[in-house]
Amino acid sequence: MDYSQFLMMPQELGLLAVFLLVFLFDTFMPKKSLGALPVFTSVIFGAFAIANYFMLMRGTAFSGMFESTASTFVMKSILNVGMLIVLVQSIKWSNSEFVAVRRGEFYELLLTTLFGMYLMISARHFLLFVIGLETASLPLAALVAFNKNRYESHEAAAKYMFTAIFSSAIFMLGLSFVYGLTGSMYFADIASRLVGGSNTALLITAIAFVIAGVGFKLSLVPFHLWTADVYQGAPTAVTSYLSVISKGAAAYAFLVILVQVFGTVYSVVWEWMLYALIILTITLGNLFAIRQRNIKRFLAFSSISQAGYIMLGVVAANELGLASLMFYVLVYIVSNLAAFGVVSAIENFSGKVSIDDYNGLYKTNPYLSFTMMLAMFSLAGIPPFAGFFSKFFIFVGALETGSVAIYVLVLIALINTIVSLFYYLLVVKAMFIRQDDCIIPTFRSACSERIAMIACTLGIIFIGIASCIYTFMVDVVNDNVMMFGLLK
Amino acid sequence: MEFSYTVAVLIIPIVMFLFLGIVGVKLSKKTAGVLGTCAMGVTTLIAYAAALTYFFGTEQGQIVDGVRQQLEVMNITWLEFTENLVIKLGILLDPISAMMLIVITTVSLMVHIYSLGYMDGEKGFQRYYAFLSLFTFSMLGLVVATNIFQMYIFWELVGVSSYLLIGFYYTLPAAVSASKKAFIVTRFADLGFLLGILILSFYTDTFDFVTLTSNPGAAIASAGGATFMGCSVMAWALTLIFMGGAGKSAMFPLHIWLPDAMEGPTPVSALIHAATMVVAGVYLVARLFPVYCLEEGTMTIITVIGCVTALYAAAVACVQSDIKRVLAFSTISQIAFMITSLGVARPELHEGVGYMASMFHLFTHAMFKALLFLCAGAIIHAVHSNEMSKMGGLRKYMPICNIAFLIGCLAISGIWPFAGFFSKDEILVAAYANSPVWGIWLSVVAGMTAFYMFRLYYKIFWWNNPDYGHHTPHEAPMTMTFPLIFLSLVSIVAGFIPFGDLVTWNREGLTTHINWGVAGTSTVIAVGAIILATLLYRKENAVPEKMADSCRGLWTAAYKRFYMDELYQFITHKIIFACISRPIAWFDRRIIDGTFDMLANVTNSASYAVRKLQGGSIQGYVWVYLAGAALLAAIAIICII
Repeated sequence: MDYSQFLMMPQELGLLAVFLLVFLFDTFMPKKSLGALPVFTSVIFGAFAIANYFMLMRGTAFSGMFESTASTFVMKSILNVGMLIVLVQSIKWSNSEFVAVRRGEFYELLLTTLFGMYLMISARHFLLFVIGLETASLPLAALVAFNKNRYESHEAAAKYMFTAIFSSAIFMLGLSFVYGLTGSMYFADIASRLVGGSNTALLITAIAFVIAGVGFKLSLVPFHLWTADVYQGAPTAVTSYLSVISKGAAAYAFLVILVQVFGTVYSVVWEWMLYALIILTITLGNLFAIRQRNIKRFLAFSSISQAGYIMLGVVAANELGLASLMFYVLVYIVSNLAAFGVVSAIENFSGKVSIDDYNGLYKTNPYLSFTMMLAMFSLAGIPPFAGFFSKFFIFVGALETGSVAIYVLVLIALINTIVSLFYYLLVVKAMFIRQDDCIIPTFRSACSERIAMIACTLGIIFIGIASCIYTFMVDVVNDNVMMFGLLK
Repeated sequence: MEFSYTVAVLIIPIVMFLFLGIVGVKLSKKTAGVLGTCAMGVTTLIAYAAALTYFFGTEQGQIVDGVRQQLEVMNITWLEFTENLVIKLGILLDPISAMMLIVITTVSLMVHIYSLGYMDGEKGFQRYYAFLSLFTFSMLGLVVATNIFQMYIFWELVGVSSYLLIGFYYTLPAAVSASKKAFIVTRFADLGFLLGILILSFYTDTFDFVTLTSNPGAAIASAGGATFMGCSVMAWALTLIFMGGAGKSAMFPLHIWLPDAMEGPTPVSALIHAATMVVAGVYLVARLFPVYCLEEGTMTIITVIGCVTALYAAAVACVQSDIKRVLAFSTISQIAFMITSLGVARPELHEGVGYMASMFHLFTHAMFKALLFLCAGAIIHAVHSNEMSKMGGLRKYMPICNIAFLIGCLAISGIWPFAGFFSKDEILVAAYANSPVWGIWLSVVAGMTAFYMFRLYYKIFWWNNPDYGHHTPHEAPMTMTFPLIFLSLVSIVAGFIPFGDLVTWNREGLTTHINWGVAGTSTVIAVGAIILATLLYRKENAVPEKMADSCRGLWTAAYKRFYMDELYQFITHKIIFACISRPIAWFDRRIIDGTFDMLANVTNSASYAVRKLQGGSIQGYVWVYLAGAALLAAIAIICII
């Protein structure tokens, strides 16, 4: 075997190195200095994320099972940004009393799942993809159950575990149909062999099952039912990770599978499935979000409907769609993590997680309220914040395909934007307009939490206005970008 | 590029705004003020370096074959819609923008220094300096804009800063309503501006100033003779763009916000409402002058509006009793001079002297009007009132202010050798060259200018000797008198700047000489008006009151600004509100709100209905999951077959 093939995957190797360093630090450092582990991990990962920018490779490895392109590279870098924010955000939490003994596991499992997502993004063979998918899913169950003293945490983990296994089973059933029809697991081979026109009903079922399997990761309605319980039960650090990073990776992988495997020939088939899924996801996500009083459940349903918007980029299935999808994920990462940053800061300090507890928050904690307001504005898509631009570009990308069905779809999505504005503003209203005395007293959040929130806030304000970022994504997708002297 | 350091004049003020805006409250007032002033000082130095190098250097290719070049120092792409329709942000250096850099930074620096004394002890001192920085940033961004869209963005930004600064004393109802009025009126005008931009860019396929003005014939021709309501669309576009300029520059009938804007702090009036922002409209027309001068109809509209405004404002200024109002109307009148000068300018008439005259007057007017406003601020500071009736005999108490104000009055009246003489002379030359009607009209207004300015001067500094009690007025502190002295000196010497060599419409040199026929006549008129004012107002007497009585109706009408505000009130309240707004409001409440209420109710009940889906039992979850997968397959099959 040609070991130089591993050089095609420098990002994966780098992440592995980070993982090993963290693992060694956790295992061999004296007990006293373990308090530095969270900071250590953040710093090492930050260094990796920066070094990452010099690691662009283009090409395939392992007889085409693994592919690295400018867009996989940038997608992984986007996930790194989110991962870094999550790591910094969780520093204080992971040093708290109950977590401290097991914080090593937290970081190791987290890095492992990220590794799985890298594989999902770069996989061009279903075997590698499934390995990535499972690596990204199963450790998360352990993370969800992290608060082992809390009943909800168990319940959430059990539900997550069951549904994950179930969806994997469905997914693989779909894959086995595909294999039966084509005799290959390579994306490219399947695509070329399907052209012959084989058993349509079986193929449609196979596609439906594959979509259902990935739809679970993205928590698309009706494969979303685990989401709210898990988001509520899991520690907030894990919830924020689940809501952004794992969704981003799954969305990208989803688009790659649909385009590369089922390609343009069968696009009629999956397009209609996606239309139904998107409408269901956005609408039901919104309808559920309205009724939530627990802020984490609320954000869970908001993230479900956001996933619906991300899917609009998948439906477009063109360069603009992919670029706007990546841009959307980046914006969604900073906006949602800003919201979760505030939620976790408040939860760590006071244990309050109900929206009613946020009444009058502005008077006691103006900066937190302000950050939360920006996050809500961005999630709702109010200009000039980043969320407006990401929604705008994703709509434009979808409209580019130009069919009537898409127009109707975008119209429904737009109407839903108005509905979503309603519940996002409910949070803002609770914080700023309700005159009640806030039961959350004034407090100073930890330095690490503040750094993460400031980073997110800056992202919300500037990512949209700095149009060069979106232009850059378009260039990346068209692969005419030069990074640090690496010729294309 | 050699001039790329010019970008610092934008970066420093915006950084200062953010810094003072965010952490200003934590600084002491003095630190915030000094910091803001120092930053402005650095900005001024850089702007001067850039402008002077541009005008007098030769190394960087500023002049090619005797023509000053338009240098795009920086131009970054911001948004790209199509290949041609690209919004860029950049810095354009050419004679007028370099000149504006000097005007804005000079006046702004003086106002920064002056405010250290004037605003001393005010609540929100740090906020004030933050807003000043924001304004300076926006105004500089406006003048260096490389394209009309960038100009529009900064145009709105100066509007916002003006709004914030007029309403600085936000506890006073008058200030709040004045700031709203200013914002709404100028925004209304900007609607025209935006429409104009859209039409212009639709046909010419570009926002870029250099592209538009380097081949104006092509720009006009791009509309291909398309007409709307009998006029060519290009004439529409340019007139609509001028509407935006007229709003910002307070041209009749969109002038009504400027007198009220005097509710802001006086240094702000000097900076924004006398020297810089209000001339943005003049600047806009000058920027697009090569295109404008091809549209004869639009040029006539500009000329007529300029002339009407000049006369109207001068007439109103003759009878006002609030000193800042007099200055405000005098500003409107003087800006109208500049606008008229552009309107009458033609490339073939005296090599387009009107353009140069307009810019020259803009420059000198900025200096002496800022001087007059800052003097007025010192006076108001001393007697705690804006009303002339509370003043009189101040020359004994405030000698420096007296001299400075007198210099300002002489300059605006156009007496040799003060700055206004030279620039106004060029304007009159241009007007007579176009048509004697405009020339005579402007000469009359120039005479009125001299009269009302000296009426103001005598009423403040001579007239009577009221008893000030124990509030004896005294000279302002050094921070306030220094800007007065500096601007007085500028007002004396600015007329000798060889503007004809520096700023012309085709950026080539232009030999100017004083046309003594015109200059002599206007000097005689001005001196006559001054003598008249001296006779009437030097000592307290009853003659002015009798004269007012003899034509009471006219006097009252002028005092009430010819009922323009009442007319607006009538149109907005009685016609627009009653006939248009009410029905719309009804439609909004019943139909639109009703629809949304219904939507919300439906949503609410739907969300109540679907809650069972989320039962919490894992078996249920799995069933839904399977059903979903089956549903997908079913949908696909149905849709295909």
